[in-house]
Amino acid sequence: MTATPELKTRYDLAVIGAGPAGLAAATLAAELGVDTVLFDEQASPGGQIYRSVTETPLQARAVLGEDYWHGAALVDAFRASSAQYVPGATVWTVSRDGEIGVSIAGVATIVRAKRVIVATGALERPFPIAGWTLPGVMTVGAAQILLKSAGLVATGQTVLAGSGPLLWLLAAQYLRAGGSISAILDTTPRGNLLRALPGFPAFLSSSYFRRGRDLVREVTRQVKVIHSVIALAVAGGDRVSRVAYRQTSGIETTLRADTLLLHQGVVPNVNLAIAIGCRHDWNAAQLCFAPVLDAWGQSSVETVAIAGDGAGIAGALAAEQRGRLAVLDAARRLGRIEVAQRDRAAAPHRHALHEAERGRTFLDRLFRPAKQFRLARGRTLVCRCEEVTAREVIDAARGGCPGPNQMKAFLRCGMGPCQGRLCGLTVTELIAATRGVSPAEVGYYRLRPPIKPITVGELAGLPKSAADIAAVERS
Amino acid sequence: MFERLPEAGGGTITIAVDGIAVTARAGDTVAAALLAAGFLSSRTSPVSGAPRGPYCMMGVCFDCLATIDGIGSRQSCLVLVREGMRIETQRGGRVVAP
Repeated sequence: MTATPELKTRYDLAVIGAGPAGLAAATLAAELGVDTVLFDEQASPGGQIYRSVTETPLQARAVLGEDYWHGAALVDAFRASSAQYVPGATVWTVSRDGEIGVSIAGVATIVRAKRVIVATGALERPFPIAGWTLPGVMTVGAAQILLKSAGLVATGQTVLAGSGPLLWLLAAQYLRAGGSISAILDTTPRGNLLRALPGFPAFLSSSYFRRGRDLVREVTRQVKVIHSVIALAVAGGDRVSRVAYRQTSGIETTLRADTLLLHQGVVPNVNLAIAIGCRHDWNAAQLCFAPVLDAWGQSSVETVAIAGDGAGIAGALAAEQRGRLAVLDAARRLGRIEVAQRDRAAAPHRHALHEAERGRTFLDRLFRPAKQFRLARGRTLVCRCEEVTAREVIDAARGGCPGPNQMKAFLRCGMGPCQGRLCGLTVTELIAATRGVSPAEVGYYRLRPPIKPITVGELAGLPKSAADIAAVERS
Repeated sequence: MFERLPEAGGGTITIAVDGIAVTARAGDTVAAALLAAGFLSSRTSPVSGAPRGPYCMMGVCFDCLATIDGIGSRQSCLVLVREGMRIETQRGGRVVAP
């Protein structure tokens, strides 16, 4: 790895994102002699799953667990490679022909790459409940990032609410680190287990089974877990102070909460890939949009492949294999290796990918979030940025607004700084439910560059050729 | 509120938050340093004026926006603290002088 600040103007391959997929991809690409640059928005490698793995203050390995420390090996291999590493780099546009706009320390520049691998990972699914914008309400992932990167734990009454593997993992990590959790409000719908059963044999033989069972046991020994929660509402003044919940039994209860951590699974972080123009389809099993890809991660845009959870949620171990497969095909397309070489080299990665994907169907079905936590109602904010309520979205859809892009014009939802990251799926599902059609038919926000805010000064400061200047100068 | 685990060590960096000196740990993001110092919110929303604080900590929710070294609406979860950094909380939307 070279971490020179000097960027070249051209590369064979640009990898975007330094999580497992991006790290594995850039490492293998460099080994294959492909001139590679890796751009990452964070200050240190690892993505979110291996966040701060090179520098976390939590050095007692048992606290974050061995699955986390696996990331250190990926980073070591990447650092030993000749790929150029550019941290603190926000990619705000990628064109179909490989022109990449990136801002580093407030300075924007354009580089070109023959091929691009988008490895922008996942984000937590929106969890629109009443009061979810109050300070003190965060995602489970946010708490995990604070733990890994800064050694911070929430004090006072900490309540976790939701469903999914990350919730149990964070709970266990908190307890091992010496943090305390007042209660876990489990929103996993009761009927999910039955629907997931056909996938149980595969899950049972996967590595996830034992780890998952042990995590749940570890946590339930120490924390009160309240199951079958079907309604949640957060209350407070200028910060969260209480969370009210209702169980299937009908009992309503209110808990004091100084911090409320929400989670209901992760979904692909699609903003860059959609803005590039990569085709995405609705994934009914994972309730999200995911890119349309071939077995190598090749997208509908010739120059672009997508690897990791941004290609559809499959977890960190699958992500690194998908990163390697995407690179093998990129090397073939760049003329570095032949098809036969590519296929031979891919075989162990395909096998490992298959292993890593085993049990996923069971997890998808077991942790499929309940409708009432995806389809917000009433005055609950759907779009946090523009403060648009569920009622407004539903009324507009009833009034004939057919899709999310028209909804922007009616209500401004999705037009704030987060560019739909925290409301896109909710708005699509609300419109679909109101119209009685599938989310596939409704579609997603049309996303355009810049996908992250840049200042006018950064744009104006972009390097310009003599031809660029001549084109706008009066003669 | 958040507290630092003992193994994380103490702060060695001083930043100013609305003019008040706050100690931060090297390697902290601004958002983490603010949470550690007891600031749950760094801004109020431009629409209703409601207080907002960090929600995702990974650069996607834009609720941790703050003015950092004079530049407004920066994602404080993506910026590392530096000695002498000036943080200002934001109130609502920007007001343009007539």
